[in-house]
Amino acid sequence: MSSSSASTAAASSATTQPLLKINEVDFAYGARQTLFGVNMGIAQREVTAFIGPSGCGKSTLLRCINRINDMIEGARITKGNITLGNVDINHPDLDVIALRRKVGMVFQKYNPFPRSIFENVAYGLEVAGMKNKKLIAETVERSLRSATLWEEVKDRLHESALGLSGGQQQRLCIARTLSVRPEVVLMDEPCAALDPIATAKIEELIHQLKKDYTIVIVTHNMEQAVRVSDKTAFFYLGKLIEFNNTMTLFSTPENEQTERYLSGRMG
Amino acid sequence: MHAPATSALLENPFAKRRSHRETYEFIVRSVLRGATYLILFATAAIFLHIIVKGSPILFQAKAPFINVEFLTKLPETLHVLEDKQGHIYKTDPKGADAIKHQLGDNLRQEKTISYSGGGILGPIVGTFLLVLVCIVIALFLGISSAIYLSEYAKPGKFIEWVRLAILNLAGVPSVVFGLFGLGVFVLAAPVFTNTPLDRALLVIPLGFTQMSFQGWDTSVLSGAFTLAFVILPVIITASEECLRAVPMGFRETSLALGATRWQTIWRSVLPFAMPGILTSSILGIARAAGETAPIMFTAALAFKDKLPWQGEAGFGGVFTESVQALPYHIYTLAARIPQNEYSERAQYGSVFVFLVLVMTLATASVLLRRKLRAKYKW
Repeated sequence: MSSSSASTAAASSATTQPLLKINEVDFAYGARQTLFGVNMGIAQREVTAFIGPSGCGKSTLLRCINRINDMIEGARITKGNITLGNVDINHPDLDVIALRRKVGMVFQKYNPFPRSIFENVAYGLEVAGMKNKKLIAETVERSLRSATLWEEVKDRLHESALGLSGGQQQRLCIARTLSVRPEVVLMDEPCAALDPIATAKIEELIHQLKKDYTIVIVTHNMEQAVRVSDKTAFFYLGKLIEFNNTMTLFSTPENEQTERYLSGRMG
Repeated sequence: MHAPATSALLENPFAKRRSHRETYEFIVRSVLRGATYLILFATAAIFLHIIVKGSPILFQAKAPFINVEFLTKLPETLHVLEDKQGHIYKTDPKGADAIKHQLGDNLRQEKTISYSGGGILGPIVGTFLLVLVCIVIALFLGISSAIYLSEYAKPGKFIEWVRLAILNLAGVPSVVFGLFGLGVFVLAAPVFTNTPLDRALLVIPLGFTQMSFQGWDTSVLSGAFTLAFVILPVIITASEECLRAVPMGFRETSLALGATRWQTIWRSVLPFAMPGILTSSILGIARAAGETAPIMFTAALAFKDKLPWQGEAGFGGVFTESVQALPYHIYTLAARIPQNEYSERAQYGSVFVFLVLVMTLATASVLLRRKLRAKYKW
């Protein structure tokens, strides 16, 4: 199978034990199966891009990693498992709240709460029960700095987040995600609603964040995958077709379907 | 150029001829417009009539321009005395004795008109209390159940039946709610007491006290609960819609940041649904204030000479005492006493005050909603 060849390619290139392991995962929304035997490892402090045509299951897989799919009635992993640092994230004893603090998520449509900039970033801290005002203020500043937004908003922290531009709003959402110090940051097409300049800023930010975070990004933009990612996984019809170093995958795809997709003859 | 036919030369060549279709269209439009204006006419007639007849009773030309007595006195019996010279004296029971004594044989006749003297403070206070307590109960129960239905309950047949049942509640006639309130809240609701009544349906000893299912009597609490059930379907249905209108992204983001489900609802769903919920509750408030049937068995008295907090229960009386209420007072004035030129003052005055009161409540809710919406807008 193509998926097994993909996983061997990944294993050979990974020097260390991967942080996230996706083991033979089947996933279904009710009776409709959308992922078939996906098998891959995601290494620490690298950027892994998921590419593929719409409906190929890449977003579904991403949303499995922080179990946000739990919200959807009847959505579940039917076979296989996902482990984070050797812990099965779907284990019945696992605290899903704690998991989501470790695995943050940035959504496609930038969606700050209609509150102030400060309140947006402090949200994750407050729901975690942090009461120390000084500590909250420090963490908010640190998070905004990490998201390269601090200089732009430091004078209007208490104004509505909706007054920011689209790109700023998305960086605010990234800051909000970083505030709870996750290990993994999932990004579901973070630049889909942004103009090229804002997109460039986000990509630059991803480069910086790579030093501290493990990033998984779903993107429809193949140039973006090339620019930001270390590894790329190509999905098609719910299957992982090919997974390899980004440079290798784009220059010399092993699989014919990958080659056709990359050259624009499919999807 | 080719000239058109000779007869057509004299007329406008572009003139439209009215076809059958256009005539038909004209008739339809006229009927629709007529129906709309008829409704407008009815509304204007009601409002104008009440304002024209009612405002002279509430407002006056001299300072303080408002008839304070009408708003601050309890209702009382109006005595009208007429002497043989045709002078007319309108007074309260106490004043009537004095004037009678003064006139002596000169008195030609005396008329008494129940409830039409004094003011309407009792009904105003009663309606305020009923509406306030009712809104608190109805919003708590309604929003809770809307949150359960839209955020927690698994969609399926059963929940659809629950929704249908709630909608059907809206179709129950209000007098049936009144009887329901009488049976449940007035006669059977549990109270904690050391001395249960004989008519208690069930008494459960709790050691330090006893829980007795003997009802809350005719009281603000009974009436407010009954009214709450009348307006619950509106509040639940509207709240559910407002909760659904909050973008899914807010919920996902909040959960992804490690919030629990309840934290998510409390911080990222409810605040944004609240303006809409309050808007729809305005309808409920107006309805609760205006209903007569649900409170006539459960809370309202035709006449009461004390305000709720003047009874032996003290301040707690605002929940446990029976009250007068404006809609019931209006009904009493209109249907239970003989009509004459002296009864009009209280009738139109009450209706006018009632109208102003309901409009004030509605306006307050609109302002509150605007404030909330400005804060939580997306």
